[in-house]
Amino acid sequence: MILRRKHRVLVMGLTGRQGTFWGRAMLEYGTRIVGGVNPRKAGTIHLGIPIFASATEAAGQCPFDTALMFVPPLLAKDAAIDACEAGSKSVICLAEHIPAHDVMEMLAAARSTGSQIIGPNTSGLVTPGDTFAGIMPAFNSDVFQPGGIGVISRSGSLGTLICLQLTANGLGQSAFYGVGGDSIVGTRTLTALKFFEKDKRTHAIVICGEIGGSAEEEAAEYAGTMSKPVVAFIAGKTAPEGRKMGHAGAIVSGAGGGYGSKRKALEANGVAVADLTSQIPQLLRERLPHRPNAEAII
Amino acid sequence: MANLCEFIAKPLLQRAGIRIPRGEVVHSPEAAFSAARRIGPCMVKAQVPTGKRGKAGGIRPAKSAKQAQCAAEEILAMEIEGHKVDTLLVEEQVLLLEEHYIAIVSDPVHAGPLIVHSTAGGMDVEESSATSPDAILRFPVDIDFGPDAGKLSKQIAANGVRAPATKIAEVACALYRVYRGCDADLLEINPLAILEDGGVMALDCKLALDDASLHRQPELADHAAAEHASAREAEADAAGLKYIELSGNVGILANGAGLTMTTMDAVSHFGGSPANFLEIGGEAYTKAKDALGILLRNPNIGSVLVNFCGAFARTDVMTEGFAEAWLDLKPEIPVFFSVHGTGSHEAVRCIREKLGMEPFERMDDAVKAAVEAAHGAAR
Repeated sequence: MILRRKHRVLVMGLTGRQGTFWGRAMLEYGTRIVGGVNPRKAGTIHLGIPIFASATEAAGQCPFDTALMFVPPLLAKDAAIDACEAGSKSVICLAEHIPAHDVMEMLAAARSTGSQIIGPNTSGLVTPGDTFAGIMPAFNSDVFQPGGIGVISRSGSLGTLICLQLTANGLGQSAFYGVGGDSIVGTRTLTALKFFEKDKRTHAIVICGEIGGSAEEEAAEYAGTMSKPVVAFIAGKTAPEGRKMGHAGAIVSGAGGGYGSKRKALEANGVAVADLTSQIPQLLRERLPHRPNAEAII
Repeated sequence: MANLCEFIAKPLLQRAGIRIPRGEVVHSPEAAFSAARRIGPCMVKAQVPTGKRGKAGGIRPAKSAKQAQCAAEEILAMEIEGHKVDTLLVEEQVLLLEEHYIAIVSDPVHAGPLIVHSTAGGMDVEESSATSPDAILRFPVDIDFGPDAGKLSKQIAANGVRAPATKIAEVACALYRVYRGCDADLLEINPLAILEDGGVMALDCKLALDDASLHRQPELADHAAAEHASAREAEADAAGLKYIELSGNVGILANGAGLTMTTMDAVSHFGGSPANFLEIGGEAYTKAKDALGILLRNPNIGSVLVNFCGAFARTDVMTEGFAEAWLDLKPEIPVFFSVHGTGSHEAVRCIREKLGMEPFERMDDAVKAAVEAAHGAAR
């Protein structure tokens, strides 16, 4: 899904230090935060928002469709399952370093309730000029501007750089979709591509990938069938093999998952792969459908 | 991923009911001699956390105690994939009919555990899996219920296996319990021996733990081998930073793994060579000061490139820490900045006011300048 202002967001961990900082930023931006969760502060008001003991309790009193989790890694599994069982359609999980077995249990719970987990280890979702949920500088107008480019990223910092370079070149974004840096995530690059293919405001898509895992290879085949142009950048061309680069997903192992394999799969399906992030705007311009009033749209 | 040695992993299998060969852990040729006298014809196996022991000559058969002692002496002098051998496993030789492969792995594609079985086990399983992928059974497991032994056994049998499929399925289910119990990323038996008596036995075991779970696996965490690290890498690790030393001369400090790798790629693209991977993203974004100290202790660096793009990590906090450390350490090498995103206005002001420098508007320009300066320093 593309996050819009109509979505009703429950922020789990709103009362914490990061929850407060980003909660305030989201409210100022226009995100519709309807409730917060902290079992020890249930019944209080924080940033003008009512706090509940759990997502399940919140669901009874203030309906929501999106849960955003500022929850530390060891509590994340229970919080995510609580959000799924409370009926949240989307659950955005920001925490890094959640045990992989916990992540698999969270994702199994989401499958049984029909919820979509985004992340873990995601920096969230931004719909420029409309709303955002997560830890991205949506409010920084040098980075984000409304427009027609959908951006999918495994990394928040790299996603920020790419949006900044798009904006500097007059290309606004329809949405930023942080899929998360872990190897096991609830929404893979492929799924995010499908959201953008359906989204009427998106005219072209940028995939900011990374070495490790098979997300880009998997997305490549679908990209070849899409009605919209796709441009990609893959970080980690010069990363030494077999060394871990911080993200659990970024391990080069065997032939798959490496830079060469990803680039080959993408190019074979008509996706232009940039050597430098600064080349992305030009590659997009060459591929965007020509319209008389293109500048006004993108 | 933290890899555990065979002699740590095997007892876990045994406790779960999987047969393993009789064996003893030794640390000297003399101890290998006496172990072999008790065991008989044996294998002498280097205990290092890497999968390439066999090909490196770290696993040798011995018919007699004397041969075991000689093999032990040679293997204990080896270094395999950067790991010095100081522990050996002396194990009975086993008569087998077939060598299979079986593993449980956390699979990103279906977002759950996956049982993998092949009748072509042994040293070249990667190659055989690439040439005949159909011979490999992939059995996804619902993590809420665990594997269905009956269904698994039927699928193994349907895959043209002559050996008793129910026995293999039993091993898979026991293996799965160990995998879940120790929060493994990967638990693999290769080879799984099909014995003459109709039984099955784990001749080797590879266990990779999930780093994010080590805190709840205290017993195993003590045995988890650190990736072989330089002194500076170990220092960074202690400070909660991820630092990898590389052979180049452009020192890199960036936030987030994705941006840091991108910065390295850009340095290479413009003809330079990165001296390190060092990222201070996530919760570590307040540690710019520690990070700079570690980076500057690498004698090879000719310039420093700071590339911050703040999302969660606030560039003002990172830059403040960096500037303080820079003024404190007063390094005599040039530094180049590209700073954007959360907190960038404050960060740019800090660079101007505290360091009297001007950050680059475009990242590529900062990278080019840093590469040129490092080339200059090398001349």
